[in-house]
Amino acid sequence: MKIKVAGVKKEVQDGLTVSQLIIDENVETPEYVTVTVNDEFLENDQFDSTVLNEGDNIEFLYFMGGGQ
Amino acid sequence: MAFTNEQIERYSRHIILKEVGAKGQKKLLNAKVLIIGAGGLGAPAAMYLAAAGIGTIGIADADEVDLSNLQRQIIHQTKDVGKPKVDSAKETMEAMNPDVKVVTYHEFITSENILDIIKDYDFIIDGTDNFPAKFLINDACVMAKKPFSHAGIIRFQGQLMTYVPGQGPCYRCVFKEPPPKDAVPTCKQAGVIGAMGGVIGSLQAMEAVKYILGVGELLTGWLLTYDALKMQFRKVKLPSDTHNCDVCGDNPTITELIDYEQAECDGVGL
Repeated sequence: MKIKVAGVKKEVQDGLTVSQLIIDENVETPEYVTVTVNDEFLENDQFDSTVLNEGDNIEFLYFMGGGQ
Repeated sequence: MAFTNEQIERYSRHIILKEVGAKGQKKLLNAKVLIIGAGGLGAPAAMYLAAAGIGTIGIADADEVDLSNLQRQIIHQTKDVGKPKVDSAKETMEAMNPDVKVVTYHEFITSENILDIIKDYDFIIDGTDNFPAKFLINDACVMAKKPFSHAGIIRFQGQLMTYVPGQGPCYRCVFKEPPPKDAVPTCKQAGVIGAMGGVIGSLQAMEAVKYILGVGELLTGWLLTYDALKMQFRKVKLPSDTHNCDVCGDNPTITELIDYEQAECDGVGL
């Protein structure tokens, strides 16, 4: 199936969970990433149980603390 | 208030813009913007806002200028090393534009003083380098109903979003609480390319100016991310549902400001 990850279309296997996608995408500090699926927040405790569907749009939002 | 001939000349490239005009320039001259953090983000933001003729600019920072700041904090010069950053920033802004009144706060922002500091300002710029300060600014601005620009920079990356009360998610909608100390790298640990502050801090100044003028579309409901190595900007849509947020939601659980433990870039906060 095709999904969009951070704006890039990807072909992934059916049944892919958000947790597996986080691993496949080498997400930095995965325990502190915020995930949105189709412009909705996904709670961290739902990463394992959330199975992605064809056409889903996933964004990873990262903490960025610098400024000085 | 009528413009002087010098002001007409100084702001001529603004006044000629249909989105600004004489009316808009007067709005800028009457506006009050607070910049928290006179560093990588705050330096370019402060300089563009001073040049633009923002009438009152507040600048808060407890630090002194360090030699390692000068690679990116362009409001400070080599001669300023050791001087309070707010004093150095004030000197630069006043030299750039005598129309600007600069108010300095040579102190850390805390749950005790932040509401009093932000209360007189129209727009706040978060130019801090640590999560406790970023969450404190967010919560205080939500509680005081003040618009602000959040930003963060690290390595070759930067991001920013704008909060306007009632018009979209706050920082805490996106990130529920600060990460544990040292869980996420800081600039000092990870480094930051100097011009990144220029890019993102200037965009924060742009948001402040647009907010004051009431023109265009702000980054409310959007996170703008910038990857300098890929030379890619992305405007990431944020969820519009803010009902469950702990601070700006319908039933907030955070009703008092919190001083989280500091884990900052330069060792002394802000």
